[in-house]
Formats: sequence, C-alpha cells, structure tokens
Amino acid sequence: MTSERADYADLPGAAGYGESEAIQKSYLRAGHTLRSWFLTTDHKRIAILYLISVTFFFFVGGAAAALIRADLLTPQGDLLSNEGYNRAFTLHGVIMVWFFLIPSIPTTFGNFLIPLMIGARDLAFPRLNLLSWYIYVLGGLCTIYVLISGGVDTGWTFYTPLSSMFSNGHVVMAATAVFIVGFSSILTGLNFIVTVHKLRCPGMSWGRLPLFVWSHYATSVILVLATPVLSITLALIAAERVFQLGIFDPALGGDPLLYQHLFWFYSHPAVYIMVLPALGVISELITAAARKPIFGYWFVAGSSIAIALLAFLVWGHHMFVAGQSMYASEIFSFLSLAVAVPSGIKVYNWTATLYKGHISLDPPFLFAMGFVGLFVVGGLTGLILAMVAIDVHVHDTYFVVAHFHYIMVGGTVSAFFGALHYWWPKITGRLYNLVWGRVTAVLIFVGFNLTFFPQFILGYLGMPRRYHVYDPHLQVLNDMSSSGAAILAVAYLIPFVYLFYSLRYSPAAPANPWDVTGLEWTVPSPPPKHNFDEIPVVTTKPYNYPVEQKGDGDA
Amino acid sequence: MMTSFFPLWPVAASEHAHSVDLLVIAFSVLIVALSAPVFILMAWFAVKYRRGKPADRRHPVHRKTWAEVSWSAIPFFLILGFFVWSSVLFYQLYHPPPDALEINVVAKRWMWKFQHPGGQAEINELHVPTGKPVKLLMTSQDVIHSLYLPALRLKQDVLPDRTTTEWFNADKPGTYILTCAEFCGTDHSQMGGRLIVQTPQDYARWLDKSGVGMSLAEQGEALFVKVGCSGCHSPAATVHAPQLQGLYGRQVPLDNGRTVTADDSYIRDSILEPQKDVAAGYPRIMPTFKNVLSEADISKLIAFIKSTPSTGSAHP
Repeated sequence: MTSERADYADLPGAAGYGESEAIQKSYLRAGHTLRSWFLTTDHKRIAILYLISVTFFFFVGGAAAALIRADLLTPQGDLLSNEGYNRAFTLHGVIMVWFFLIPSIPTTFGNFLIPLMIGARDLAFPRLNLLSWYIYVLGGLCTIYVLISGGVDTGWTFYTPLSSMFSNGHVVMAATAVFIVGFSSILTGLNFIVTVHKLRCPGMSWGRLPLFVWSHYATSVILVLATPVLSITLALIAAERVFQLGIFDPALGGDPLLYQHLFWFYSHPAVYIMVLPALGVISELITAAARKPIFGYWFVAGSSIAIALLAFLVWGHHMFVAGQSMYASEIFSFLSLAVAVPSGIKVYNWTATLYKGHISLDPPFLFAMGFVGLFVVGGLTGLILAMVAIDVHVHDTYFVVAHFHYIMVGGTVSAFFGALHYWWPKITGRLYNLVWGRVTAVLIFVGFNLTFFPQFILGYLGMPRRYHVYDPHLQVLNDMSSSGAAILAVAYLIPFVYLFYSLRYSPAAPANPWDVTGLEWTVPSPPPKHNFDEIPVVTTKPYNYPVEQKGDGDA
Repeated sequence: MMTSFFPLWPVAASEHAHSVDLLVIAFSVLIVALSAPVFILMAWFAVKYRRGKPADRRHPVHRKTWAEVSWSAIPFFLILGFFVWSSVLFYQLYHPPPDALEINVVAKRWMWKFQHPGGQAEINELHVPTGKPVKLLMTSQDVIHSLYLPALRLKQDVLPDRTTTEWFNADKPGTYILTCAEFCGTDHSQMGGRLIVQTPQDYARWLDKSGVGMSLAEQGEALFVKVGCSGCHSPAATVHAPQLQGLYGRQVPLDNGRTVTADDSYIRDSILEPQKDVAAGYPRIMPTFKNVLSEADISKLIAFIKSTPSTGSAHP
C-alpha cells in the first residue's frame, strides 16, 4: 500500500476523495432502505451486520473487564461488592466467549471472504445465513435482558451444583441465551461446510484453497459437531433448576463431574473454534506481507484439520484436580501435549515463509507479528498447564487466566484486528491511515503484555482466579495488570477513530491495494453485489508469488 | 505468608513443592529454547528482508521436507521426557504412605472445618506437624470447593457426596495460605484461612491445648449409640444386620453379586444411601440417615468403625 501512496492523485475518485465508480456499483450501494439491509441475503451485507453486532458485544464485555480491573486495583475489592464482582466476571466471560470470540472472525471475515476466495457468488444457503444472524441477535437480546435485570453469578462455566441448585442469579435466562446463540453457530458452520464442498469455482481444487478457507472449514466441523453437546448440557441445567431432575446435583442423585465432562467436551473444542480462524487469517497476512508462497502448504492446511480432530480428545485437562481418575488425567495430559505438534508446525512454517521474503511492515503484518508472539507464549504456557504435576499447583489460578487470554485475546483479537486492517479496503472501498494502524498494533501488543504477563506470576504465587479480595502483597502485580488494561482499552478504541474517519475522508481503494494474490483481490473494492461478473477459472496454486531460485540470475 | 512487597516466587514448605518448582524451571528453560528461534528469526527476517531492501533472496531449488518433520518431531520428543517426569510426581500424589495422619475436612459455603483424629476440631485453620505425612479426607456439604495450599503446590477439588483426598509431608514450620480455588458463589474469595505447620513438639502442645477429652473415634462411638446405629449393628441386637467390628478395609460381598472394599466412601454411602449397595444375606431394611447426620458426624462414625479391631472372623 505504501507504494501506492504517491499515486493517490491517479486513483479513481481521488479528486476530493469522492466516491469511486467501484463504490457506486458495489454491494454497499445496492439498495439504501433498512429493508435492503435487514432482509438481505448478500453474504457481504450479513457480514457487516455481524461486524456491527459483535463489535457492540466486544465493548459490552470490555466494559465488564474494565470494572474487574478497576476493582482489583485494591486488595480489599473496594469498588464492587462480592456479588457484584461475581456478576461482572460472569458477564465478561459469557459475552466475550459466546457473543464475541466464537462468532468474531467466522461470521464477519469468514462470511465476507469465503465466497470471494473460492470464486462463488454467495454462500450455499443465503437465507440460512440471514437466519443465523437473527438467531444471534435473539440470543444477544436474552443476554442483554440478563445484564439489565441483575445478572448471573455462576462464572461462564456454569459449574453444577452451584448453577443448578445454589445460585440466585438469572441462570436459566443466561443458559437460554447461550443455547440460542449455539444454533447460530451450528447453522453458520453447516453453511460454510456445504459452500466449500459445492461452490468452488472451476479449477479451485482442495489443494488450491486459501489457508483462510481451510481453517474455516476445520472450524465449521467443530461448530457442527461440538455445539449440540453444549446445547443439551445447558438444557439439562435448566431442567434440573426448574423441575428438580437429578442430573448433576448429588443431593438429587446426580453427578457434578458429569456436567464438567459434558461442558468441556464442547468448551475445549470451542477454544479451537476461536483460534483456528485466527490461524487462517495469520497465514494470509504473513504470505501477503512476505509476498512469498506459504512454506509447506499441505503441512499448514493439514495442521488445521489435525487441531480440529485433537480438539475433541483433550477436554479432561480441565479436570486434573476435579476428582477424575489418575489414569484419565495422564492420558489427557499426553493428548494435550500432542496439540503442540500441529500448532508448532504452523508457527515454524510462518517463520520459514518470511525467510528471504519481501516483507512489508504495514499494519496487517505488525498485527500478525503481535499475534505470533502472543500465541506462542499462550501455547507454551498451555504446555506447562498440560503437565499434570504443575497443573495441580496452578489450576484455577491467575496462571490459567493469563494463559487463555494470551490465546483468546492476544491471539484471536489480534488476528481480528489484523484482518480488519488487511481487508478494510476490500470491505469498505477505502484506504486508511497506515501510521495510525502501526501505532495501534504496537500499543495493543504492549498493553496486552503489561496486562497479562504479571498474571502468570500472580498465578504461580497462588492467587486463585475469580478472587476480588486478595493477599495485599499481590497488589503491585495486580496494579501493573490494571494499568496495562488501561493502555489496552485505549488501543482498542483508536481504530474506531481512524477507520470511521477513512469512510468519509480517505482515498478510494483500488481493487488490489496490497498487490497480493487471491480471488478476493481480483474484484473491485468494494465488490459488486454478485461478486464476480463472470465466474473465475483458477489455474495456479494459491500464493503464486515469484520466487528467486538459485541459478536464476547467477550470471 | 508472603512477606515481600513485590514477590516473584512463592515459599515452598515441602519436598514435593521443591520438586514442582524444579520441574517448572527446567521446563521453562526448554520452552524458551524452543520459542526463541521463532522470535529472533522473525524479527531478523523482518529487518533483513524488508521490502525494497537489497538482499540475497535466492532459494535452493529443492525443498527439504525432512526439515519440516524434524522441527516438529524433535521438540515433541523433548516434551515427552518432561511428560514422564511430571507424571511420576503426579503418581506420588495418588499414593499416600499408609501411616499418614488422617485429618477430616468438611467444606461448606464459605468456611473450612478440620477434625483431627484426637477429636480436636478447628475452623479455617489447619495445624499440622512437620516430618509426618498428612492425609486430608475431604468432602463438601453443598457445592464444589477446592482446597488449595500454594506453599505445598497442592490443590484438590472437594465434592459433595464424595470423599477426595490430598496428602503432603510439610518440612518447614510457618504460617501459610489456605484457600478455596473452585468458584463457590458470593464469598468465594474470602473462603480461606491459614495452614499452620509446626514442629512435632509444638503440634503436640497444640493438640493438648485444643483437646476436647474425646478422640474422633470415641465421639463416633458415642454417636453410634446416640443416633441408634447400635440398635441393629451390635452383637446384642435382635435385628439381622451386619456387624461392623473390623469392617474397615475388608471385602464385602453384595446381594447383587459384586464385591466391594469397605473404604471411607463405601461406609459413607451405606449410611446415606443404604439401598445402594446391600451386603449379601441381609434384608433391605436400613433407613437413610441423610437428613439426620452432618458430614462432620459421618466422619466421626467412620473413624469409630475404623478404630474397631478386626477379630479375624467375618461374622463375630
């Protein structure tokens, strides 16, 4: 993009930065009524609807996080009551997991890009796609009802018998919200699977799929297979609470560990639902920045599938101290360590992709670098947690909190912002200020580490999670964490300013502003309503950048 | 307790705690060694191969697949070595020495109750001696809790209707944190207290001072008569009920053909859910004591049954 800057004057619509022809003919201008948005079946418009809704929930969940970090500034927990604190972290978890992280990348960038990347005019089931959004909104409204009617205090994990028989919050309503939004996930996953199987354009063989599509395919498999387990588990909680059916509460003849098995059978794969799309984004950003073919295409694509399969076999590592058998714990420990192999392959292959590349330091690459740094720390501390003898000490402490925030926030949210900065010109047809993009990428990285690295130490020192009254000796580390959170909050807000500014005041984007490969960059920015005037025919491998080889110019 | 203003490492009060620390440090060295190349190379490449900067970018014609395989396989085998190390430590946690001092623990929202074999009971404080293995037999009266002793690097969830155990051998006298690690509702973050590790002499002095005159087993024996167990389960009784003399640890044939070991949880279940596992040859007539006895009472009864000597014959 930098190289294009000098040529702004030549860009269509550059005079006064008005509207380009592409924008006028684009999906954004195909209808201006509310009806044309709220009843649209265009995957690109639905992606925009999702982008607005998940961003809304990101800031609601973020507000809860801000309350938590402010409360933890002092060891006595001066800001919130015990009950208030429990409600704050429960809503933070529920909203961030189910209403931001899980839908974040698939429903926005996946929705927008999968048809464009495989040369299709829409997803396989456009009306189902719209229905998924309405289901999401319905689930979201239930969550907002829980929020304003007083909240829920069980933690996002809804452990029984606390949730089923003891908690006095709006457990059934919160479970209903998550139950409903689950169907949105299932339908999106189904839509993606069918689309990738049936709608690839001529020549787009499996070996030519962009890695972004591969990782979304793997994600969709998990969405379809795991989410129903969560739905039925939450329905069982509601049944126990409302009808006193003895399923999980031993006082009624149930088994509380059964709940944990069912919950983590979904919720561990859910972590990979959050991170696999992010891994796909990063593969795109790194090849684009290095302007080089990905190193080991099949290893990277296959590792997504391997992660999706292993995801179903490691749930027991959440239960090392819960009272499951010693042998079960040892086996789950081993399988959890095995996840390191496909994850490691991706990271090493990205590094090898950069080798002898033509690396641009534009915002998407900086976000990708930030992602790799945080994802690696998150992954390796996951190995520490998978070591059973160590987990006995750090289980349910801030060490765990830090670990999964490195993966979910450091990883997925960084990738979300990276994707936003990479595809923004394609989605909106506008360029944006690259300097501010770089500043944001660096600030997010610094703010994130200041927030969460001290939590590893807090955890090893023995501070349990979900504590708002804590040992006064731990105040300095907690205050470091809270000050990092303030930086992070600012860093997440800055893009609002310059991206919205770009919508009105920035030059129009050319079809391929980064000068990269990929079918989505062959159509105008923003794309026309039906994506392709003519269905493309693919004749080359993905990431088909020229590579200098030994012998090429030796003379 | 931590004394420093800016602590970076927790105190360790047992050999196991030192072993866990050593494992963590050694493993951290490995993962830093595995990840450092990624960080260093990425930064180096970003500078060296920056777009527009002249550099030698010619690749070898043939790709090296073995390189791809090796950089996944070698780290994995190194990690497996640590898996074995950690599993050995974990195995020890499940195998307490047979002579361990047994202390009963009852968790309820939001307090811990400890009962020593001599009958001494305490709330939110746990006194233990150095140099002697201590085994905690834990159960909860309501939701799931987790007894976390950071100075010993130990934690075990405490479940309702079930006995879980954790054992340790503390070697450093002092006062340490004892806390609940599993979220249990409103006052979860205040459900804690102190672990007080004492020299054997100090511990003996504390036991004397806190004594109530009756050991846990003696209290159980009194309860055995008081709530009416002895009406059926004593040699003089006319009702056909199993004798409990020396029952603990024996194999019990059940009327459904299975055989179980009479351990803590079997005795506990037999008191609370007598119809679940009925000893072979006896009628199903015992009532439940679910709403009659507290968890603390049950641990006293179990202590009493444990204390009765085995007479060698199954039916005295």
